[in-house]
Amino acid sequence: MQLDQMYQEIILDHYKNPHGRGLREPFDAESHQINPVCGDEVSLRVNLDGAAGTDPSATVVDVSYDGQGCSISQAATSVLTDLVIGRTVRDAFDVHAAFVELMQGRGQVEPDEDVLGDGIAFAGVAKYPARVKCALLGWMAFKDAVSRSTGKEETR
Amino acid sequence: MTSTATPLDIVTIKADFPILARTVRDGKRLVYLDSGATAQRPTQVLDAERAFLETSNAAVHRGAHQLAEEATDAYESARARVARFVGARPEEVVFTKNATEGLNLVAYAMSNAATGGPEAERFRVGPGDEIVVTEMEHHANLVPWQQLCQRTGATLRWFGVTDEGRLDLGDLDELVTERTRVVAFTHQSNVLGTVNPVAALVDRARQVGALTVVDACQSVPHLPVDLAGLGVDFAVFSGHKMLGPSGVGVLYGRSELLESLPPFVTGGSMIEMVRMEGSTFAPPPQRFEAGVPMTSQAVGLGAAVDYLSVVGMERIAAHEHLLTEAALSALSEVPGVSIVGPTSMVDRGGAVSFTVDGVHPHDAGQVLDSLGVAVRVGHHCAWPLHRRMAVPATVRATFYLYNDLDDVTTLVEGVREAQRFFGTA
Repeated sequence: MQLDQMYQEIILDHYKNPHGRGLREPFDAESHQINPVCGDEVSLRVNLDGAAGTDPSATVVDVSYDGQGCSISQAATSVLTDLVIGRTVRDAFDVHAAFVELMQGRGQVEPDEDVLGDGIAFAGVAKYPARVKCALLGWMAFKDAVSRSTGKEETR
Repeated sequence: MTSTATPLDIVTIKADFPILARTVRDGKRLVYLDSGATAQRPTQVLDAERAFLETSNAAVHRGAHQLAEEATDAYESARARVARFVGARPEEVVFTKNATEGLNLVAYAMSNAATGGPEAERFRVGPGDEIVVTEMEHHANLVPWQQLCQRTGATLRWFGVTDEGRLDLGDLDELVTERTRVVAFTHQSNVLGTVNPVAALVDRARQVGALTVVDACQSVPHLPVDLAGLGVDFAVFSGHKMLGPSGVGVLYGRSELLESLPPFVTGGSMIEMVRMEGSTFAPPPQRFEAGVPMTSQAVGLGAAVDYLSVVGMERIAAHEHLLTEAALSALSEVPGVSIVGPTSMVDRGGAVSFTVDGVHPHDAGQVLDSLGVAVRVGHHCAWPLHRRMAVPATVRATFYLYNDLDDVTTLVEGVREAQRFFGTA
């Protein structure tokens, strides 16, 4: 059934029991993203380790978030935290690129579980263009927050 | 509501809409409950557009050849029929791209009043003047007024909305005052279904000399509407929400006002005389129709109002009343479902918006879609209203003449299925 293809168990699990939810201190930068189509929103904070700055080898120490949205946007943000916390910015951005590629692939991209972990569950969502933005909401916030954080360092 | 209207013959009506025969999502019957966003078109409208293009297509109001003559006649005939449909005179009907453009036309023409000469003085707004809107407006009847205020230094004020989803007119006399230049409001809310008290607003606006601008996008397609009878100054509606083509909408303006209103978009067709030093403008409606207009779309809209007139707006309104009542009553019986908007049928049209506890509207819409039910989810271009009603988004079902009680049943079953799927029921 089509619905099960989109709403994989993994997605529903993350939706019902989200990982990393709640805004936490300390953080280097925060990003607020809105999906103007539906009004869903997310505020997401990143905390990079001391070396932060423009250094792609800085580690993502924490990602915390709050917001409201559909199961897809909430689950995708939950999966994001699993995938990027503890990784370097460089690795996190590679995962980010892979997830964006998957979501924009109209169902034609074969996801790599080694890279995307639970993120592969979103392959079915990619077949529904109207929902791609939902899945990417938190991910866009993550990239924006990291960019803001590094931008801030540069001016120091 | 007229209970004497003969019921619609839905089987015959459905047969006029080819798209309703298709299936969606693995063979599901299409249950189209998104006519508030765009309505489907009957064969009669599709045929009229095609026949025009196959026999008489030409640029209107220019050229002396036979096709140009026929095209102009077809275009002007559509204008006359659309005008009659809403109780207006042909010269009071301006064809625009859509209703949004019609509202922008009025707002921009008002800021052009500064350059419009003495007869345009009445449209001038500036610091100290006020524009009054409502919290239930579609963005199309809000943002252009915010922008007008920003350009001119005028102040935007608004009517609130009650918890039930009615306009709060408690402060009518404090909000609409001698300072008010425009009172812009929707005739029927695209989210709540609320039909607003036009007479009370028009009366007060007249007392203080303010112009009324009415968003009739959700009323003209669904109810008998007599714009002249309502006494409004300007009104807009869209072709594609009333069985017509997209790309054509209508701005209605009382003759006397259109005659002194400065133009918005300028160029060909809208001029009287052009010299290198400056130009004078054609009388309305041409003054507001610069460039080669949309022609087959206007012809299609003419066919749409013919179709609606043959069926009868009283009967359509009665039919939608029945479906809306059934939907409100059935949805109210589903635990966890909350209607956003009036639950009584008094002054209420066929938009039914609701939330489902524990199921985000996007997710509910996805489950409904998998069952063939097309609804709209989100804030429906009325974000401030959703904020006011304390919901981020809603699921919205809208009805039209081709829907029936089976559609209502499928909708309600779909909502229950969404609850089952997400484990909330």
